[in-house]
Formats: sequence, C-alpha cells, structure tokens
Amino acid sequence: MTVAPAIDLDDLELDALSELVNIGVGRAAASLRVMVGEEILLSVPSVKVVSRVEAAGIIGGRDIGELVAVHQSFDGDISGRALLIFPETNSLELVRAVTGGELPLEDIIELEQEALAETGNIILNGCLATIANLLGRSLKMSLPEIVRGSGHDLFTLAGVSAAEDVALFLYIDFAVKQRDIRGFIAMLMDQPALVSLRRLLADLIDRTGDVHAGAL
Amino acid sequence: MSYKILIVDDSKLARMSIAKVLNGLRPDWIRVEAANAEEAVAKVRAERPDIAMLDYNMPGRDGLQLAADLRAIEPHMPLAVVSANIQDEIVARTHDLGAAFLAKPVVAQALSDFLTAAQARLKATAT
Repeated sequence: MTVAPAIDLDDLELDALSELVNIGVGRAAASLRVMVGEEILLSVPSVKVVSRVEAAGIIGGRDIGELVAVHQSFDGDISGRALLIFPETNSLELVRAVTGGELPLEDIIELEQEALAETGNIILNGCLATIANLLGRSLKMSLPEIVRGSGHDLFTLAGVSAAEDVALFLYIDFAVKQRDIRGFIAMLMDQPALVSLRRLLADLIDRTGDVHAGAL
Repeated sequence: MSYKILIVDDSKLARMSIAKVLNGLRPDWIRVEAANAEEAVAKVRAERPDIAMLDYNMPGRDGLQLAADLRAIEPHMPLAVVSANIQDEIVARTHDLGAAFLAKPVVAQALSDFLTAAQARLKATAT
C-alpha cells in the first residue's frame, strides 16, 4: 500500500519555522506576563509534520485528562488553526490569575468563557501576527472559540477537511511560574497550506541568507 | 578596528538573520557561530572572540546560564542576550549579569547601539 507523500519541510525550513514560532510565542508570553503579573516560562518549540491522529495522540499521551482550548482559525496566504490548550483543571486558575485574584469563585466561573477567550485571543493573535509580519504577509484571524474535550475532540472539530489529515503540528509548553498553570500552543495546517508556507519560508531564508557563506 | 564576534543560537535562521544585520553595520568583523551553550564555551576558549551574542531560549543551558558561564571565563567580554521573550524577569536577569538585552528579531539600530557600547568598553579595558 502506498501512502500519499506528505510535504516534508527540509531542516532549514523547519529551523526557520521553529524560530518564527519561538519569536511569536516569546512576544505573546510577554503580553501574558503583563496580564498575570508573573513570569511565564516557555519551552523550546517542537515542530513536526504529522497526521491529525498522531497530533491528537501526542496531546492525549501527555496524560492531562480533559482539556479546554481557545481555538482560532486564520486565513490568508496561509490558512490553518491555532489552539491554546490547557488541562481543564487549570482553566479557573488562569482566569483567577488574569482577573487579579480578588474575585469570588462564582464570579470567576461566570467570567471563565470570556476571560479564556480574551486571553487566548491576545496570545494567539500576538503569536500569529508576529509570524505574519516576519513572513511579510497578513493573516485574517477568526474570533476565538472555546472548545472542551479530549485531544482527539480538539483536533476533529467540525469543518475539518480530509486534506487536514496531514497536519503541521507544532507546540510549545508554557507555565506560569508561581501558579499551577501550564498548557501549550498548537498549530494545525493542511497540505495546501503547507505548500504555501513552504514557499514563504523559502523566501524568508533567501532574504536572510545572502551573507551567510562567510561565517565560520 | 575589527573585532571577532560570537553568535550563539540553536536556530540557523536566527544566526543568519543576525549575521546579515551585523554585516551591514560592521562588514569587516569576523563572525564565529555556535548552536548551543556547550559549543559556545568551546568556541570562546578556542577562538577567543571579543564580543558574544547569546540566544535565550535554547535546548540545554539557556542564554542566561551561558552568559554566567562566559562571565567566569572572560569577565570583561561584552555580552548581549537576544530574545523575543521580553519579560521583565529575563531583561532584569540579563542586566544583573552585566549583559545587554536585545529583542528578536534584531534590528540594525539596536545592534548598532550594542556594538558601539561594546567597542567603547573593549577600548576602555584595553588601555
């Protein structure tokens, strides 16, 4: 049986993409730090081209139970979906951190959807806008949506086309230093989006690369 | 006067990007590159660069840990920590180590300011 060949990014393209994500999430973490008033710790990003099932498996394999995610689609020269994902049990703690920790529990519960959506919006937009700027393109972002469920549920949302069976999956862990809040950011793109992305990365590498031959 | 500068970043693209800006500002400087902290320490011992620019978010030891290591080897070397992660804590720890903080992506003006200050410092320690 032959498997349809996946788009494979070469080492330098994967490197360029990781660096874009690193910069995007770094900037977004600085915004989140302003919101929660505490240091945000970030991991080194990991970028993989995998199937959607594998992507769900990577998340499911982390054994963090039910998840809550802020989901936004983006569209333009490249299109795809970005998710800010936390364990369900962290969600109220994040809202508490963002709202300043003075509110009674019932208010926090009432504010949860809105606060999650707004936090997700700032982080995902900050990250994607930075990436778009670095690529010299503009992206249109949808409004944030809150999704709950398992890793499998998050990656099999309604409206996902069959072409999204091959996905670019990238994630970066973050944690709020003084609190029990951790989560990660994932981005999914389908085959056609990957083709476009690859072209933009090649342009970026070309623009950046013209003096490099002389380095030791 | 031409100096030797070490650029440390796990991303090749990031090193390329800094190299390009640097080349526009100081085309006659010699560049040395390293992809992680361990390699950077080896290059500092072997190549004796005058100045070093260190990425913060790297696998293994991060740029701040590396800056502390380099301080122990070369106490007067001008250092910059480079990161898009402009959180107060990271900038403060960078300054505590006597290093400059440069936001990613590095732009010509910020790099020029760092290099000018670094050259002044090197001249002062040489005399």
